[in-house]
Amino acid sequence: MAKDLLLSKKNRKLLSDPLDDNNPITVQVLGICSALAITVQLKPAVVMALSVLVVLSVANVIVSLMRNMIPSRIRIIVFLVVIATLVILVDQVLKAFVYDVSKELSVFVGLIITNCIICGRLEAFAMANPPGKAFLDGLGNSFGYGIILIVVAFFRELLGAGTLYGYPVLEKLGIYELGYENNGMMILPPMALVTVGILIWWQRSRNEKLIENK
Amino acid sequence: MDVNKNSYTFGFAAIMVIVVAALLSSAAIGLKPFQSKNVLLEKKQNILSSVGINIEREEADLKYPSVIKEELVINSKGEKIDGIAFDIDLQKELKKDPSEQSLPLYISEINGERQYIIPLRGKGLWGPIWGFISLEDDLNKVFGAVFDHKTETPGLGAEINMPFFQDPFIGKTIFESGDLVSIKVVKGGASEDDMHGVDGISGGTITSDGVTDMLMERLNMYLPYFAKLKLEMELNNTSAQIDSSLTLNDLITK
Repeated sequence: MAKDLLLSKKNRKLLSDPLDDNNPITVQVLGICSALAITVQLKPAVVMALSVLVVLSVANVIVSLMRNMIPSRIRIIVFLVVIATLVILVDQVLKAFVYDVSKELSVFVGLIITNCIICGRLEAFAMANPPGKAFLDGLGNSFGYGIILIVVAFFRELLGAGTLYGYPVLEKLGIYELGYENNGMMILPPMALVTVGILIWWQRSRNEKLIENK
Repeated sequence: MDVNKNSYTFGFAAIMVIVVAALLSSAAIGLKPFQSKNVLLEKKQNILSSVGINIEREEADLKYPSVIKEELVINSKGEKIDGIAFDIDLQKELKKDPSEQSLPLYISEINGERQYIIPLRGKGLWGPIWGFISLEDDLNKVFGAVFDHKTETPGLGAEINMPFFQDPFIGKTIFESGDLVSIKVVKGGASEDDMHGVDGISGGTITSDGVTDMLMERLNMYLPYFAKLKLEMELNNTSAQIDSSLTLNDLITK
């Protein structure tokens, strides 16, 4: 059963689709607010991507297990309760045992709960599919989300601060001596949107499935 | 079973809330001792860091007593009062009227020199910011500063806990011809000969302003105590001078 679950073509699609054809950020344009807030540097982007990975996969499984019990009129509230509980629980455990990681996460806790990708996947997928598939869908979507986050953060940190993961790349390369200066605008939130926009442009010009019929 | 019946919906919601509440509260209570230990160690680590001693959090407990020689609690009139400085919660003190606040002060000693460490707390953009600033024993020159925050924006306001922001405070002065001017975080960068300004953080102006306000507000509270301390120092100095001139006199007459 487990073997069949991982190998079937349909299930592999659950993992690969959100990376490109159905990317939550660039195609569905979800989770933009968090993409905007925490992509100034690579490190928080990676932390956020990992947190969303954990929360989305587990929340997907939990909601999928309860899918036949949840009254449809209060399903969104149930989703929020599940997500918020998970996030707070994880944060409490981190605070007690890996304090530094929890400090790193501080601001994300709120952002994870409000991330529309999570609510969207719970509503669109977990409510209608068994736990195994829901888990794969959670993984796939958080990868798709994480990739965009990391790419955007890569450019913003490199061009805005001249560092990568806190390491002063441009300074070591000696580019400043040639008269180069960091672009302060990359640090500001609007440039996250512009960067995401450029990514969408590039993706749409490359992927024929995304080109809309006139 | 019909999951869309009113009674079922209410029942489901009620049970869900109870289960979640029980889960979260037991987690919070069960993990509390571990969490508060971390917070305590971090406070010691921060205090040490404000006088330039950067160590791992686990080592802070051992190092702390050998550096911090005195912990005082003073009131707004500059008088020493009873209390344990380390246990004072600035968040609660700040809610009181300024004249009723208890002010913690730490005195450290490094290489025979004394430093006065003042705990700070103020408002950032999203939530509280706090820190410690240490003064040399002329009570004017900054010996070191650390800041931290709860929820400032990563990469922008959150950078106040980075060395590049904190180090420029060292060597700045908080008084100008006897008046408190504190230290300002200047948007767009402070000029190099500015003894009371440091560079702000691009994109983190509101947090930077929060740091400025916090410094001014907190340092201001300690002025009465500083005045007393300076008077005491001067008295000591003059009496030392009198002593030495007396011994000089003795020598001459002998």
